[in-house]
Amino acid sequence: MSQARDMGIQRAVVIGGSAGGSEALLRLLGGLPVDFPCPILVVLHLHHSDGGALAQHLARVSKLEVVDPSDKEPIVPGRVYVAPANYHMLVERQGSIALSTEERVNWSRPSIDVLMESAAHAWGDGLIAIVLSGANSDGAQGLVAVKAAGGLTIAQNPAEATYGVMPQAAVDTGAVDLVMDIPEMAQRLPDLVNMGRRGPLRDDLMERPRDER
Amino acid sequence: MQAGQIEQIEIDLLLEAVYRRYGYDFRSYARASIERRVRQFLSRQGLGSIMELTDQVLHDPKLFSSLARYFSIAVTELFRDPWAYRVLREKVVPVLQTWPHFKVWHAGCSSGEEVYSLAILLREEEVYHRSTIYATDFNDSVLQQAREGIYEIDRLKDATRNYQGAGGKASFSDYYHARYGAAVMDGSLRERIVFSNHNLVTDTVFSEMHLIFCRNVLIYFDRGLQNRVLKLFDESLVNGGFLCLGSKEDIQFTEVADRYEVVDRQARIFKKKARP
Repeated sequence: MSQARDMGIQRAVVIGGSAGGSEALLRLLGGLPVDFPCPILVVLHLHHSDGGALAQHLARVSKLEVVDPSDKEPIVPGRVYVAPANYHMLVERQGSIALSTEERVNWSRPSIDVLMESAAHAWGDGLIAIVLSGANSDGAQGLVAVKAAGGLTIAQNPAEATYGVMPQAAVDTGAVDLVMDIPEMAQRLPDLVNMGRRGPLRDDLMERPRDER
Repeated sequence: MQAGQIEQIEIDLLLEAVYRRYGYDFRSYARASIERRVRQFLSRQGLGSIMELTDQVLHDPKLFSSLARYFSIAVTELFRDPWAYRVLREKVVPVLQTWPHFKVWHAGCSSGEEVYSLAILLREEEVYHRSTIYATDFNDSVLQQAREGIYEIDRLKDATRNYQGAGGKASFSDYYHARYGAAVMDGSLRERIVFSNHNLVTDTVFSEMHLIFCRNVLIYFDRGLQNRVLKLFDESLVNGGFLCLGSKEDIQFTEVADRYEVVDRQARIFKKKARP
């Protein structure tokens, strides 16, 4: 199930956000260390005239290298791949980016669900998936797929999010393992990524799922 | 063996069955997107497993055509990436203007939105009457849509904005007629367009071309098939001819890279070098 791992990438993080999501993402990426050990793939709902502006902005804030990827670009640990406006972003099992112009999903292209479902197939239980602020429910089904494949699922605390609808929709599926504010997420993500090295990530979790939220 | 690996085998067998039974080769398509399509088609048809789908597709040509249609759904729009059309106007059209007649191959034209966009651009630059545009796709049903040139009227707001961003010189409403809640592209735009079926995966070169337009098609192919198609384009193009790809596609790491100079990196427009 996790052939992307054959290429040496054991873990990956996927992040989705919509309205208010870029602000949350800036805070999250700004808080991650320069030696963050795995690739981060991001879908934010952008206006289709964005033309890479978000990626450039993120690059200024983040210590990690931020990429506006071309199709088939190899996925490298420590880099942040931001889905270009007007394309879906998927993951090939060999560990490369696949872009597509297929129809919108949840009225969105790129769609968070599309990225997360494909990453779940590529990385299985080596994947961490995060849903940030937003005013629709894209990403909820994606988290369900990530959880079903054994990955770890996180939602931004809806009360902290600028728009709580999207993280709340994710929580409502019952598939979210952890609910966190952004500062806590930035602080714990490096540990969460490292924890699973001895086996499936979820078994190592000290904290129990907070499904009751 | 894990479930995911078994699914891989099932998809391989499905694609092999489709190829041997119907001659359509999806085996070298980019895998992530094909897998997603297969899973979705499965749940839409209410089938329990990919093997069940394979069995039915082998014996039911109708089911095969809807699967093939489902595999080839790429959505495009009028003047997608307007800035790329502006670059085309500024950097390619001046060369086209020096040729008494030129041939354009729009490969993988899908439902035709970008063929009409190109026709409008060439007309505004007063070179349309000197062109022949071959618009091809392997999918007959989208090709028929392209021939008809009828698009949803609620997409016209975006199209109009794109047209303006592409450096349009007139009013976009000059190019279509609103009818029954749809926009019918003006018939005169079709005068120099030849629509025909061509499969990039299995068919060969059919004419010498001056401009090849193939946007957001190569993203659906794996590296090997991409190289095959780029070689096909290379055999078709005259020296000094232009190749226009989608804004996220590149020839940089392909087998034909050194035969082209970059006209515009961002718009992915390349020019074939003269060979000794």
